[in-house]
Amino acid sequence: MLRLHSFIRPAFRSRRWVHNTPTFSHLNSVNEEDLAHFSSILAPTSILSTLPSISTPADDIAPYNVDWMGKYHGQANSVLRPRTTQQVSEIVKYCAQRKIGIVPQGGNTGLVGGGISLQKEIVLSLGAMNNVRSFDPVSGILVADAGCILQSLSEYIAPHNHIMPLDLGAKGSCQIGGNISTNAGGLRLLRYGSLHGTVLGLEVVLPDGTILDQLTTLRKDNTGYDLKQLFIGGEGTLGIVTGVSILTPPAPQATNNIFLALPRFDNVLPLFQTVKRQLGEIMSAFEYIDRTAYDMGLQHGLGPLLSADEVGDSQCFVLVETSGGNQDHDLEKLNNLLENLMTADEPLINTGVLSQSPTQFNSIWALREGLTECVQKEGKPYKYDVSVPLADFQKVVDAVRERMISKGLYGDHAISKVMGYGHVGDGNLHLNVIAKHGYRPELEAALEPFIYEIVADRKGSVSAEHGIGSMKRDALHYSKSDVSIDCMKKIKQVFDPLNIMNPGKVLP
Amino acid sequence: MRPSAVRLLNILVPIKRAVDYAVKIRVNPEQTGIDLNVKHSMNPFDEIAVEEAVRIRERLKDAVKSIKVVTIGPPKSAETLRTALAMGADSAVHVEILESAPAPEPLGVAKALKALIERQKEGVDVVIMGKQAIDDDAGQTGQMLAGLMGWSQATFASKVEVDPEQKIANITREIDGGLEELRCKLPVIITTDLRQVHLLNEPRYASLPNIMKAKKKPVEKLTAAELGVDLTPRLETIKVTEPLKRVGGGKVANVDELLTKLKEAGVTGKRA
Repeated sequence: MLRLHSFIRPAFRSRRWVHNTPTFSHLNSVNEEDLAHFSSILAPTSILSTLPSISTPADDIAPYNVDWMGKYHGQANSVLRPRTTQQVSEIVKYCAQRKIGIVPQGGNTGLVGGGISLQKEIVLSLGAMNNVRSFDPVSGILVADAGCILQSLSEYIAPHNHIMPLDLGAKGSCQIGGNISTNAGGLRLLRYGSLHGTVLGLEVVLPDGTILDQLTTLRKDNTGYDLKQLFIGGEGTLGIVTGVSILTPPAPQATNNIFLALPRFDNVLPLFQTVKRQLGEIMSAFEYIDRTAYDMGLQHGLGPLLSADEVGDSQCFVLVETSGGNQDHDLEKLNNLLENLMTADEPLINTGVLSQSPTQFNSIWALREGLTECVQKEGKPYKYDVSVPLADFQKVVDAVRERMISKGLYGDHAISKVMGYGHVGDGNLHLNVIAKHGYRPELEAALEPFIYEIVADRKGSVSAEHGIGSMKRDALHYSKSDVSIDCMKKIKQVFDPLNIMNPGKVLP
Repeated sequence: MRPSAVRLLNILVPIKRAVDYAVKIRVNPEQTGIDLNVKHSMNPFDEIAVEEAVRIRERLKDAVKSIKVVTIGPPKSAETLRTALAMGADSAVHVEILESAPAPEPLGVAKALKALIERQKEGVDVVIMGKQAIDDDAGQTGQMLAGLMGWSQATFASKVEVDPEQKIANITREIDGGLEELRCKLPVIITTDLRQVHLLNEPRYASLPNIMKAKKKPVEKLTAAELGVDLTPRLETIKVTEPLKRVGGGKVANVDELLTKLKEAGVTGKRA
C-alpha cells in the first residue's frame, strides 16, 4: 500500500497554490471600428467576427474558440487569418496602438490552453500562411511559413529523401509555427534532438509590429545573442512566429520497430539500458505504454499485435524503433538484441513482435499514436505531461490513482481511468486522468496541486513538452525558482511592455 | 477404435517477395519496368495463404503433418521465407535465381512448383497460395499449376475447411454474383482472396519466440536446373509507361466557343 504522506509537501509550499483567471483591465475588446481597419488590410475571407458588420455564423468561429480536448473555451468575437508576414505586422501594430490582446493560433492542437483566448482577445490564426518558401535537398534546410502543417512538410520533403526532425500524433493538424512556439518534443526527439537545435532561423513579428527577420539558412552563426531561442518555446508570448528555417535530417534507409510486453514495470529501466547499449546509434524511439492504456487501446480497435495468451499479465509495454543506413546491419543488431532478451537467465520481457513489413511497422506505431484519440473517446482527460526519473513513472501513476480512490472520486461516476504512456526514453511521462462524465472542479482540485507537488518532490518538470499555456501558469514555480521566473518577467517586459501578446499565458 | 489410416496432410504454400503495397510506384528511366530500389515484403495475398495454412493446423491439430513454404526468387527472398517460418511454417524451400535474372513468369513458376511437388516423398495434399501477386497482377499461377497437375482448384477462396478423413475440402469462393461453395477432392490447389468484406483472415505478427524458432527451421536451397525447369521468360516487355496524366477539363463561355473548341479537337459534325 502506497504511503501517501511521503508525497505531500510541507504546509508553506501548499499555500502558494493559487489558480485564478486573470482580468485584462489594461486591454480593449474588438469593436466595429477595429474591424473596419482590419478590412483595409486584409481580404474579406481573412476576417471572421460575430460583430454585426461581418456577422460570421457562430459555428464558423467556434473551432477557434475551443481547444482540441474541449477543455478550454475562449470568448474571442473575432478571428483574423492573414496571408503574409506584412499583414501580420500591420495587424499587430494596430492592436498595440489600440491595446487589443492577440492570441496567436496554429493548428489548435495544444494541450495546455495556450492557443485559446481568455477574455475576448483577438485570435490571429496562422493557418492561411502555408507556403513552403524553399528547400535545399543537399543541405536539407527547409524554409516555410509558420502555418504549414507538419505532415504536409513531411510529404513535401519525402521525395527528396528527407524527414522532419520531429514527429507527433497531431502531425495531420499541427502547424510548424505552433510546434516551434511550444518547443514540441514528440516521438523522434530521442534521435534528432529538440527544436532548440534543429531550428536554424526564425521570422518573428514582435509585439509592436516590427518584423524580426532572422531567417537564415546557415548551420553555424555565432553573432551575438541567439534571440530565436527565446521564441522557441515562448508560446507566442514574446512575438508571433511567421517563418521558419529548419534543418531536416536524411530519411533513414532502413526502419524497423518492435513491440515488447514486460512482466513488470521495474524492468523498463534495465531494458532501456540494454536496448540503448545494444542498438547504439540506430535506436530512434523508445516509448512506454502501461497496461491500462494498452487495454484501452484494444477496446477501441487498436492492434491487437499480440494474442491475449502471449500478453498474459504483462504490466507494461515498450515500443522501440530503429532507423539506420543499412537494413541488413540494423536487422542483425535487432536480432541479436532480441535473442539476448529472450534467452537471458531472467528475461526482462515476456514476449514481443518485430515488424515484418512497412504495413506492420505502421500498425505497431498506430497503437502508440492512437492512444491520445482513444482517451478522448473515454471521456474528458486531465493531462499531466511530466518529466520525472524513469524509475518513478509507475509510482507517480499509482499515487494519483490512490489519491482519487482516497477522495472517493475513482470509478465510473468520476475518474474512470488513470494511465501513463509516453517518451520514456526522454524521461517524459504523459499521465492521463480520465473524467468519464466531463470536467468538474472537485476533480481538478483533487489533482492539482497534488500532482505538481509529487513532481516537484522529485525535482521534475511539471511540463516536459506540452508547455505552460494557461493551464500551468500558477504551477511554474514548482519547476522554476523565483529568480528564474523573475528573469522571464523582465524579458517579457522588454519585448511586450503593453502585455498584449498572448496575455495570461506562461507567466504567473 | 482407431479410424482407418488417415493420411496426414502436407500443405505447400508458395509465396512471393514483391514490392510492398504501400510504396509509391515509379517507372524506371529506361521504361522497362518499375523502380525496384524500394521496400519489398511478402505479397499480401500470400501472407493470407500462410496465415490460412497455420489456422488449418490450429483447427485440425495433428492431422496436419507439415506446412512447407516455397519461393522462387533472388537471395533477398530468403527474408520472406523467414517471415513465413516465424508465422508458423515448418520448413522452407528457396529456389534461388540470380539477382539480375528476369522475374519468373506464371507458367515457369507453375512448372517449378510441379517439379517440386513431384519431389516430395510424402506428397502434397493442399497447395494454398495468393490469388495474384501485386506486382504483375497476373493471377494465373494457381490455375496453371492445377492444370499441369490435373488437380482440383478453388480460386478466390474466402473460406476454407479441410476434412482429412473424407479427403475433401469445402471452399467458399468469391465470384461476381456473390459466393460459390465448392467441395473439392484432395489434392487441391486453393488461391486466397483479400476482399474487404469477406477477408479470409488477418495475418498474424511474427512474435519473438517464433522468430527465434524460425532461425532453426530448415531452408532447402534448389536451383531451377535441379528441378529440371527452364525459367526463361517467354514474353518480352517492350515498354512500361505511366498512365497519361489526367488533364483538367476546361470551361467554355458559350455554345460558339464550345463549337470552336470541338473543331480544334478534331471533332467533326454531320447533319442529322
